[in-house]
Amino acid sequence: MTLLKTGRWITMVGLALLAAVYVRALAFTPLERFQGPAQKIFYLHVPAAWCAMLAMGLVGIAGILYLLLKDPRVDRFGEASAEVGTAFSMVMLTTGPIWAKPIWGTWWTWDARLTLTLFLFLLFLGYLLLRGAVTDPGLRARYSAVLGICGLVLLPFIHLSVYLFRTLHPQPIVLKASAPSLPGDMLVTLLFSFLVFTILYAGFVMQRYALSLLREQAEQHA
Amino acid sequence: MPDVWRHAWLLARKDLLVEFRSRTAILSAVVFTVLVLMVFNFGRDPTAVAAIDLAPSILWVTFTFAAMLALNRAFQLELENQALDGLLLAPVSRSSIYLGKLIANLAFVATVECVGLPLFALFFNVRILPVLAPLLAVLALATVGFVAVGTLFSAMTARTRFAELLLPVLLLPFMIPPLIWAVLATAALLAGRPLSEAAGWLRLLAAFDIVFVTLAFVLFPATVNE
Repeated sequence: MTLLKTGRWITMVGLALLAAVYVRALAFTPLERFQGPAQKIFYLHVPAAWCAMLAMGLVGIAGILYLLLKDPRVDRFGEASAEVGTAFSMVMLTTGPIWAKPIWGTWWTWDARLTLTLFLFLLFLGYLLLRGAVTDPGLRARYSAVLGICGLVLLPFIHLSVYLFRTLHPQPIVLKASAPSLPGDMLVTLLFSFLVFTILYAGFVMQRYALSLLREQAEQHA
Repeated sequence: MPDVWRHAWLLARKDLLVEFRSRTAILSAVVFTVLVLMVFNFGRDPTAVAAIDLAPSILWVTFTFAAMLALNRAFQLELENQALDGLLLAPVSRSSIYLGKLIANLAFVATVECVGLPLFALFFNVRILPVLAPLLAVLALATVGFVAVGTLFSAMTARTRFAELLLPVLLLPFMIPPLIWAVLATAALLAGRPLSEAAGWLRLLAAFDIVFVTLAFVLFPATVNE
């Protein structure tokens, strides 16, 4: 089975499971006492944010590996991961305001985490723009590796700022020093959603990778 | 290691000499700074917003844009007559090329800031003299941070299409953390708050500088090696 087909299958499975996440979140997870139904978006927003961060992290690691190995496959993976990461940051940045309007009373606020995730999105866009602006494949791979590594290093500074500034954004409730402070049912739904989003990420990246491979082959034929 | 510094200094001196002989870029950057400061003055309602509330942001937005002009110039200079190839063929290490460019860019931006800061104090009636030393420290630390990243990125964007546009797009996300800290530190200083309030931001700026100068130094060879 080719990579494209495998990727397509994984994405199909991911999408089917995503429907299951919806069903579980809406029908089989208790309502949050203070936020009511608005809180349900949390099961999409947080995993999407996780995937965007994962994507940026992997773009950076791909950058390091590319500079060490000079392997075009790593570069192709970086490109795929960045594009998929852009999509997930879009999901994060659209679901966030939808939740914030009823809960905070505003679509957007210049809170540290919001601002900096917006910059994560802009970082992805910059990465893709840079790739578009360089024609030579070797040069493009090296440039995007450098930018990816810088982006990866910027992330800890982003996290640092989240803790240093007064913030409206809910603090982490699962990945923190003490035990997760989420009721069991909600935690299961959230973790299930994390898994599904990660599967979707893998499926999308595999398809995107196969696509660049095909494009490169087509260019060689032409 | 001494060789690296010597070569870096030679390169920086070459860049600055070219700059000093023509003076177009530095003059444009200074005039640009003055104009941006003036535009900001007309962009606010003096009866509604006190100058001191806006002053830190105005100062940093102006310097950010001015730095961008300087950074675009750094490697554009080397594209004419394939000067960059000559530079790469010269028996100097890639790292000293980066350091040289960094020093020249820092000198360029520092010159612009030296003209911009008194004008800023004059235009917005801000008393900077009592806090001059810590303010200069904030300026220096923040400038080093974004010029370090900017020098690395301008080496990449110079050889792409839309270089002038691409550099700000890539660089601004990296400028934001130091910019936020610098604005907060400047605001604390100008408001006459105790030094200890700005010290935390200064420490963060210093951490950013150390991390990104090192990173850019290590990554630079990858942007120019053929």
